[in-house]
Amino acid sequence: MDMELIQQILIAALKTGTPLLLIALGELVTEKSGVLNLGQEGMVLMGAMAGFAGAYYTGNLFLGMSLAMVAGITMALLFGALALSLNTSQVATGLALTIFSIGLSSFLGGSLVGSTIPGFKSIAIPFLSDIPFIGNLLFNQDILIYFSFAIAGATWWVLHKTRVGLTVRAVGENPHSANALGIKVIKIRYLATLFGGAMAGLAGAYLSLSYTPMWMENMSAGRGWIALALVVFASWRVGYLMLGAYLFGIASILHLVMQGFGFDISPNLLAMMPYLATLIVMVLISSDSLKQKLSTPMSLSKPFDPKLH
Amino acid sequence: MANFPLLKLWNVSKIFPGVIANDNVNMSLNKGEILALLGENGAGKSTLVKMIYGVNQPDTGAIFWNNREVDIHSPNQARAMGIGMVFQHFSVFETLTVQENIELGLDKEFVQQLDDLRQEIIDISKKYDLHVDPDRYVHSLSIGERQRVEILRCLIQNVKLLILDEPTSVLTPHEVSGLFRVLKKLASEGGSVLFISHKLKEVTELCDRAVILRGGVVTGECIPAQETPESIARIMVGSEAILSENYPKTLTEDSIFTAQQLTLAPTNPFGCGLTDVSLTLRKGEILGVAGVAGNGQEDLLEALSGEDTRADKASITFAGQQIGNLNAGARRALGMAYVPADRLGQGAVPEMSLTDNTLLTNTASIIERGFIMGNKLKALAKKIIIDNNVKCHNQNSQAKSLSGGNLQKFIIGREVQQSPTVLICAHPTWGVDIGAASAIHRQLIALRDQGAAILIISEDIDELFVVCDRLTALYEGRLSPIVETQHTNIEEIGKWIAGGFIEHKEPNHA
Repeated sequence: MDMELIQQILIAALKTGTPLLLIALGELVTEKSGVLNLGQEGMVLMGAMAGFAGAYYTGNLFLGMSLAMVAGITMALLFGALALSLNTSQVATGLALTIFSIGLSSFLGGSLVGSTIPGFKSIAIPFLSDIPFIGNLLFNQDILIYFSFAIAGATWWVLHKTRVGLTVRAVGENPHSANALGIKVIKIRYLATLFGGAMAGLAGAYLSLSYTPMWMENMSAGRGWIALALVVFASWRVGYLMLGAYLFGIASILHLVMQGFGFDISPNLLAMMPYLATLIVMVLISSDSLKQKLSTPMSLSKPFDPKLH
Repeated sequence: MANFPLLKLWNVSKIFPGVIANDNVNMSLNKGEILALLGENGAGKSTLVKMIYGVNQPDTGAIFWNNREVDIHSPNQARAMGIGMVFQHFSVFETLTVQENIELGLDKEFVQQLDDLRQEIIDISKKYDLHVDPDRYVHSLSIGERQRVEILRCLIQNVKLLILDEPTSVLTPHEVSGLFRVLKKLASEGGSVLFISHKLKEVTELCDRAVILRGGVVTGECIPAQETPESIARIMVGSEAILSENYPKTLTEDSIFTAQQLTLAPTNPFGCGLTDVSLTLRKGEILGVAGVAGNGQEDLLEALSGEDTRADKASITFAGQQIGNLNAGARRALGMAYVPADRLGQGAVPEMSLTDNTLLTNTASIIERGFIMGNKLKALAKKIIIDNNVKCHNQNSQAKSLSGGNLQKFIIGREVQQSPTVLICAHPTWGVDIGAASAIHRQLIALRDQGAAILIISEDIDELFVVCDRLTALYEGRLSPIVETQHTNIEEIGKWIAGGFIEHKEPNHA
């Protein structure tokens, strides 16, 4: 294979991995605060629909993107009202949110199916994009991909280097102790959940405004679920999360490339490859049980009612 | 010095649904004073201090701080006023470092004012002789070190009043004296200490004054130095004061249960596993295993009870039979019984009634041809409740509705009435008040006198000396030599708990 092809594969992998990364970063923060929100798949769809609608009717992609994040946050708020304020089961509420959002996004976006808009264009960063090989790969992408780099870095920095991040981790480990120290557990959990919603919305915007600039029912195609698994396999660590998301991207592209080269393997088997490859690698890197335990939010999915303490 | 107290409670009451936790409590605390708040479990001590620390608010009455009435509505506010608290179940976070833990308990503004929190932690820990490395993760610290983290968190903020809720229940004797030195130093510098305990000896040793609570009401006040533990106990538990009874020790020869050279990797990443543990249980004796939590107690209990079946078949024997590979159910069928450490969860199912909880370990006698014999079961549950004086509504009460002491009496009663040949019993009186504790001790002694072999794992050395015939200590998964209780003393066992029995190795006093 020549360098040109490898670069093309990597660029495609980056584009495929980005929505996963965005969803998973949001869920990582949510889960670090002890909240398991299984509603991403739904929030992504709402984001994709709202983002496309916004951009289609106003002609402004950034307005569309903002609307997508608002849609994600609104759904996360609904989840929070039920699971955090009314203490419903987080698992059941998240699943219900996804099912509800699939229907709602199809209903609201019904008239948009088949419409197209010009999506986000690549922006070449001066000088940096001229670096051979890497330049085109990393510095000649659309703005949402640059955002995803920045958000990944910022998420890591906030979680591990700031007091806010410390508070989120403390709440996720032991909400009772955090409460006794005077930390507002429910407020922190709301904020983390809303961040998760915003990121899922942004991932939706990426799908409907950049990856394939159109709206289609169920266009998230299970990415929310894959992101959910990625968070666990990455042991709630941002670096591993990026690795996992792009690895999935590479494997997804590779199976298309291999089909193109005419490998004599059933295409069904090849289609399994991204899942299998990601699974194996992530299991291998997260096999250290102590590290795994240290980064797992211990109170994950356990409701906390401050009135009972 | 000002002539008003630092803290004064005036007619403070707190009512929870169904319980009056505190009823018109009046007390005061002076600057530089170490005050003991004494009382049995459920006397309302924790509720009272939670109001001082702003976790709960009083329903009626008032709190005065420096002669001014205050309304403490949150722990943040309490800390800003100079009140610090060390909780009974530590509020430290295992997955964070010492420094991160300390930072979380400080106000944001305060942290910003400090040039270097890390240096401040090191300075204060030197000043008070409380050594902990700020960069270590808390999960790797011993219980005593975790407590130091909590105390440091308070000291760093120039605390004026330090509240400690049963701080010594998890410490080795050596660590206890270290803690007392810190508290005395703090008091000598003008800080006040509110020390909650039900251990009378410690109160006599440390405190200037003691306020005694019973059933949410202040029943007395005394100068501990002028009293004996017995006289204080009388005010604490009322007329029915029963203190450490002297049970006769037995010495028997017939071994019934052995473990040989058990070496097991930890099942929990925070555990320490077992290294070369051998012990023999004899018929008609109680063997006590002393030790501070986190030294392999969990692993030992799991291996002996059959929850963990990784041990070699031959390494555990029961009446000559090799049982290392048998699970807990099979071992029970042979005549073993087990009282786990975790009462609500392992010992009993919290949401199930006492009747159903009775069935859990009595399936053999209650189930006939696959059917539950309802009347037989109900009668058995009633019998356990009456025989052991378990306070509950009736046999249909949920296990979680019972107080810790009553549930423990029920669980031990449930196991003892099966007349097991071997009983493995973890922390029999942890968090149980004096009255219930002696009832539990009597149950165990009675079972011993029927010829059963009993193994007790406990963190309470005093308790082990009261009930056990032979003693040993567990440290980092290793077992010390086993000695007769009459031929040892608290000092020796105290050293063993800290690893003093291991040759060529300095006792770990870190």
